Amino acid sequence: MSSVNAAHSVVEPTPTSKRIAGAIVILYALVTMIPLAWIFLTSIKSPPDSISYPPKIVFSPTLEGYCNLFTTRTRQTPDYIQSLPPPTGTCDEITRSRNMVIAGPSNYWPRFGNSLVIAFGSTFLAVLLGTFAAYGFSRFRVPLADDLLFFILSTRMMPPIAVAIPIYLMYRQFGLSDTALGMILLYTAVNVSLAVWLLKGFIDEIPREYEEAAMIDGYTRLQAFWKVVLPQATTGIAATAIFCLIFAWNEYAFAVLLTSGSAQTAPSFIPTIIGEGGQDWPAVAAGTTIFLMPILVFTIILRKQLLRGITFGAVRK
Amino acid sequence: MSEIRIVNLRKQFGEFAAVEDSSFTVADGEFLALLGPSGCGKTTTLRMIAGLELPTSGKIFLDGEDVTFNRASARDIAFVFQLFALYPHMNVRRNIGFPLLSQGVPRAEIRARVEETARLLRIDHILDRSVSGLAGGDRQRVALGRAIIRRPKCFLMDEPLGTLDAEFREVMVHELRELHNRIHATTVYVTHDQHEAMAMADKIAVMNHGVIEQFGTPQEIYNRPASMYVADFIGSPPMNFMRFTSGLHRGMRSVVLNGVDVAVPEVAEDVSPGELALGVRPEHIRFSDGSRLRGGVYGSEYLGTNQIVAVETASGIVKARVSADRSFRLGETVGLEFNPAKLAVFDCRSGRAIASSLYAEARNG
Repeated sequence: MSSVNAAHSVVEPTPTSKRIAGAIVILYALVTMIPLAWIFLTSIKSPPDSISYPPKIVFSPTLEGYCNLFTTRTRQTPDYIQSLPPPTGTCDEITRSRNMVIAGPSNYWPRFGNSLVIAFGSTFLAVLLGTFAAYGFSRFRVPLADDLLFFILSTRMMPPIAVAIPIYLMYRQFGLSDTALGMILLYTAVNVSLAVWLLKGFIDEIPREYEEAAMIDGYTRLQAFWKVVLPQATTGIAATAIFCLIFAWNEYAFAVLLTSGSAQTAPSFIPTIIGEGGQDWPAVAAGTTIFLMPILVFTIILRKQLLRGITFGAVRK
Repeated sequence: MSEIRIVNLRKQFGEFAAVEDSSFTVADGEFLALLGPSGCGKTTTLRMIAGLELPTSGKIFLDGEDVTFNRASARDIAFVFQLFALYPHMNVRRNIGFPLLSQGVPRAEIRARVEETARLLRIDHILDRSVSGLAGGDRQRVALGRAIIRRPKCFLMDEPLGTLDAEFREVMVHELRELHNRIHATTVYVTHDQHEAMAMADKIAVMNHGVIEQFGTPQEIYNRPASMYVADFIGSPPMNFMRFTSGLHRGMRSVVLNGVDVAVPEVAEDVSPGELALGVRPEHIRFSDGSRLRGGVYGSEYLGTNQIVAVETASGIVKARVSADRSFRLGETVGLEFNPAKLAVFDCRSGRAIASSLYAEARNG
């Protein structure tokens, strides 16, 4: 290669460096994808396949894990199963082949529903409060603004679980234990500091002139906020929302501590599958696979905003 | 359209007084330029008129109505920002129509008025474009369109040409003035560029350190500067100051500059002895071999139609604007002669111009 007469731009990466960068990205993607692929493959293995060693790459896929996830089953004698009418579906068939019958639906979907309500509810609240607070800090002369912002940030300076016992006692006192409202409030409280700080950065970047122009054009400050500031903050709001959502969706420690029944979330439900008649890894993997979906969908929908948002305003038109 | 009057307006940011006791009146249909260096308080004054800042004290009247504490949205004014502040999530059409939307104007009428405004500004061909792709001049026109569509009581403009390149700025200066001549809107225009102010304004207020140094027509500001600051800020090259120490009394018709008598307009006040300065515009200097006021040529700047010759005299360097025909050698000795009717005398201690018949003309007409 002759580099003497090969004129190339000093700011554009060369083809070689682009290839190296590409290779690194692909390698990194592969490394991060392996656990996900493992979980998905386990979810469609039979229980014996799932614990075989060395792990099976080639196996015959089955929906047993999903059937076990969605149902509760009881063991019966082969004679009793023989006396039953023909199976009505795939799950029925798989279950009977294991000498069991379906006794009813499992708690997975209600728990999954709890997770949706709690995670999206707390994300909505945290982003809503965060947006207003960030706007206030960004635009008005708030007395002791720096101290307040530090105070807000300081709630993140310890692991949230460090305050588990006081929160547990408090929740019991207020009747918030094992309620969706309690979990929404808790996750909102944890996320709101993150939201305020992230959003303040985004709102600081929106020139004041836009609102001032809108206010002169005959709008009130609140109208200017809705019509001019908010549309321009969507990128930041999307990025903040996804961070909040991921935290609230994945949170495990508080969920185990504070929910056990009607408000139990999916992360604290999934481990309880182990123990209901053996280590049913396919069912656990099936639960996890479905559990990953909402975040995946949400991220894909918002990936354009995220790309611009997560670079924190570095990429601007 | 309407009259803007500010009375003893003052704005304090903590310890710092951005604007101090400013008062002026902009008559209906008049174009006022607030001129001064950055940080002189001109933008703060404009923002107070707009309602974007509240004054610490003083009053603002629009059409005789006290609007000092009215919300910006209730003042019926339009503001053109330095960076235009076009809403990036709306196209040109929606940007221009946005002020009408707040007034609940029916859609069909908004559409018609947007198109009419766009035609006036010759931007009707870009109405459906996004504002992010527009060139500087078109952004400027869209910002103007958004301002004039509402037919507000007055226009406030904060260095609207500041970000344009020099060549295009010239074009916009003419367009803005032409627009003003057509719609006769009371306008307050903030700029640090004396050429813009001189070319467009009916009246100029020169500001410095939060204080209005002088308020008057461009001619008054140029010919009869009220202070050394104004004399120095306006004109390029600025007015020459030739310092001397003396006292003055009423009726004097000359001052003594390094032993040379120089005729000046009749002095109209008594001044105790101290450091004074004779103010001479470069174009009021002639070279005359007979003059006793002499100096050596220090440098010259050829400008095509004329030239600026710097002469080193006993009272410092003096710049003269003379015909381009003659060329000068460096170090050549020349005699200087001033146009006596145009000279101003300043008191260096206060920086104020000393009253004389030159300034009396101003009062008489």
